[in-house]
Amino acid sequence: MEKIKDFFKTFLLFELLKGMKLTGRYMFARKITVQFPEEKTPQSPRFRGLHALRRYPSGEERCIGCKLCEAICPALAITIEAAERDDGTRRTTQYDIDLTKCIFCGFCEEACPVDAIVETRMFEYHGEKLGDLYYTKPMLLAVGDQYEQEIARDRAADAKYR
Amino acid sequence: MDMLQTLRHLLGPAWLPIWTIVKILLIVLPLMLGVAYLTLAERKVIGWMQIRIGPNRVGPLGLLQPIADGLKLLMKEIIIPTGSNKLLFVIAPIMALMPALAAWAVIPFNAELVLSNANAGLLYILAMTSLGVYGVIIAGWASNSKYAFLGSLRSAAQIVSYEIAMGFALVCVLMASQSLNLGDIVHGQQGRFGLMNWYFIPLFPMLVVYLISGVAETNRAPFDMAEGESEIVAGFHVEYSGMAFALFFLAEYANMYLIAFLTAIMFMGGWLSPVPFIPDSIVWLFAKVAFVLFLFLWFRATFPRYRYDQLMRLGWKVFIPLSIVWVVVVGAWMQTSLWVW
Repeated sequence: MEKIKDFFKTFLLFELLKGMKLTGRYMFARKITVQFPEEKTPQSPRFRGLHALRRYPSGEERCIGCKLCEAICPALAITIEAAERDDGTRRTTQYDIDLTKCIFCGFCEEACPVDAIVETRMFEYHGEKLGDLYYTKPMLLAVGDQYEQEIARDRAADAKYR
Repeated sequence: MDMLQTLRHLLGPAWLPIWTIVKILLIVLPLMLGVAYLTLAERKVIGWMQIRIGPNRVGPLGLLQPIADGLKLLMKEIIIPTGSNKLLFVIAPIMALMPALAAWAVIPFNAELVLSNANAGLLYILAMTSLGVYGVIIAGWASNSKYAFLGSLRSAAQIVSYEIAMGFALVCVLMASQSLNLGDIVHGQQGRFGLMNWYFIPLFPMLVVYLISGVAETNRAPFDMAEGESEIVAGFHVEYSGMAFALFFLAEYANMYLIAFLTAIMFMGGWLSPVPFIPDSIVWLFAKVAFVLFLFLWFRATFPRYRYDQLMRLGWKVFIPLSIVWVVVVGAWMQTSLWVW
């Protein structure tokens, strides 16, 4: 009996019609497209976008040149050279991130003992020629200066989970 | 009408060829425009069914998208692979498009509007739709690429298999209408009961067979094994670019229109009105065609691609026996007084 029922179900294209009913219904469903330049999806405070180097409120750069981020970077995107500054503190002389290598895993941010290297919410950046996406220390510091308020707010929002 | 008469006297013997060319253009140009907008309709409908909104950037509601696509393809370089057979490589897209357009000669748009009111119209249509497969085979062979070759092999076997079932479905129609003339087939469906007089009622299984074979004939999803982008990249037209690729595209969509028109003419009463009190009009034909085309898009949005052996099983072991049986059923039915169509 079951077999006969199955036979007729196959023969009358029952399941195919069921599938078409489903797609037919979805045709009138509310569309979920986000029309990008005009509309944007919400971002988490943990969003991992463009990198930035932060400063203390005094204006002193946070990075102490410990190279933990360079060591942990799985994509080998970070290159650091450090030297002693005149006041006897250790500072980086070179801090480069090759964004074409970076996989945006966020390990550098986690490894940093002084919250110097962070990832911001910025993701709409671009390079127009070869090498434009090789970010050097002044560029990273500039990004940090520009978005400091947002960065600080995001760190504060996430602080209790860290 | 007066102006046409004066022109006719003015041109003398040159009138007939010129007037024929004008009529051909009157069919082909709207068809090309229709093809362009069918691609947009396809992207929109499939988008809606996937809860997206489809193209909406070029022009209001994306209405200029097909024109942008066409321009882009026109600008692109046509690359001819070094190892290819150059003559056949160039001829193949023409071979694909030519029969797809030639078949329109016998399509009646209403009782008077037909380019050639040929008595063997149905036979001509069958011949032309079968010729289309040569474009695909030649394209696959001339490309000298294994994917293109595999794609064309698949497509050839598929089209040949489904041709038979399609042919038998049409045999039922011509038995019912007693004519090969497409205009007469529509007239045969005229009657007092409108909708109830159309052939899709006695020939319903054949309508389904014809429609599904039509999808397979045009290499459309879920029978698009010839393209099979996940296995063989794009099948027979991997090596084609620019306008040569666009010709294959045009051929595919022109064939879709053709199948839709034929389905409307042979099973759904062509330009006849479904209810007796509304007059017959070409608008009905276009409405029916739009419905069948929508089904094509709906199928594509719904069904996953068939596996090759399933496709062959469906063609040879289901459709061909089914259509042969229905030929016999219709033959017997017509001998009884129960046949009222």
